[in-house]
Amino acid sequence: MFKTFIAGILLGIVAAGAAFYFVPVVNQYREHSLIVVHPNQGNTESFHVNVPMDRIMIGAAAQSNPLPAGFAWPDEERFASTRAELFKIRNGKDAVVGVASRIAASHEDSGEIIEWVFHLPARGSVYVSMRPEPAEGGYRSGELMAGTREFALLHGQVTERWVADTSGSEDAPAGRIEIITAFVAREVAEE
Amino acid sequence: MKYLISLIVGMIVGAAAFIALLYFNPLTSQNKLSPLSVTENDVVTLNYSAAATDTLIYTNNGESQVAPHPAKVLQLWERPIRRTDAMATVLTDGRGQPAGIGIKFSSDSEQTDILNGEVIVDSVWHIYVPGEGSLFIEQQENYWSYLREIVVPAHWSSSDSWRGAWNGNITSGPGALGIARVVGGSGSFSGLEADGVESLVAKAYSVDQGPVAINGHLAIEIPRLEPDASLDP
Repeated sequence: MFKTFIAGILLGIVAAGAAFYFVPVVNQYREHSLIVVHPNQGNTESFHVNVPMDRIMIGAAAQSNPLPAGFAWPDEERFASTRAELFKIRNGKDAVVGVASRIAASHEDSGEIIEWVFHLPARGSVYVSMRPEPAEGGYRSGELMAGTREFALLHGQVTERWVADTSGSEDAPAGRIEIITAFVAREVAEE
Repeated sequence: MKYLISLIVGMIVGAAAFIALLYFNPLTSQNKLSPLSVTENDVVTLNYSAAATDTLIYTNNGESQVAPHPAKVLQLWERPIRRTDAMATVLTDGRGQPAGIGIKFSSDSEQTDILNGEVIVDSVWHIYVPGEGSLFIEQQENYWSYLREIVVPAHWSSSDSWRGAWNGNITSGPGALGIARVVGGSGSFSGLEADGVESLVAKAYSVDQGPVAINGHLAIEIPRLEPDASLDP
């Protein structure tokens, strides 16, 4: 019986080791990526934010209805011209796939900025700097400044646009922020 | 029957011994010395309180140990973001004065490897410092030492809490030596490619509320401009 007990100990050690080795502790859920591949070797992907339901935070001075309720923006003068927002972001099939931050600010020393960070847990993150002045058609465009993991070796453009809802449905959002990424591998862009 | 019981008890003892070996393995302890402590470049430090109630907002799936703040903030319950936290906070400078706004997204990483003492979180910071510019920080964080030295002892404690003085670098990558990648976006940080390290100083932890007294520090190396080597004409 003692030999069986010793064999059990060894078996327990092996089983625990195998479990830690083979069973993933973290397995992020993935939605299908809806990427359109273009003939120039680039690809585009559409995301959007349904407003107001996907808005997590509006950080700005002097708000009459802060979001979320109970939220207080710092009242220091240096943050008066800063607007920071947090959103959930959705893919082309209207499924939430990540979270995003948008900071819009102006300062006489550092200038005017509009920036996004998109964080897609299963894929990576993207840091985008937009041009402050909008282009024709209500678009604002910007450049991918940095990416992580799946986006680390990419280079490209991003556009944002406000699209008001015209369905008239009671449950419909007021509109959506449409974001289109157009990325290509950095080595291809440099050719 | 007694052989079967003996085998099962032996397996339980073996599995427990394996877990104890992992837990007490001295080879998986974290380096507490910042890789930036030996740099000759300037280092900018931004500080924040990592307790959820001290942030502007903190949100997660609503089922985690740390409750979202404020209570009515939208929760991240959808499957693709269920293992993600989002935080917005005021960052202070070395004198404790508000310096900027920092937004941090953190997700449990699939690179987590308990056998090697790696409880990995993929995180990014989006930082704006009025008058200076904006920054993006990409890092992997390893919470193994934090779990082993704070969270587990808090669960073992009869008071369901931990008090002490713990500090450690949580940045474990993507750079060698546990360094985060910093990218400047605008203002005086425009074009910056630098290194960073995030560390935590914890003083109190509660099993019910999570971190109670804990401060985070972001150290960002600002490379010096090399003087022009060309000869004066």
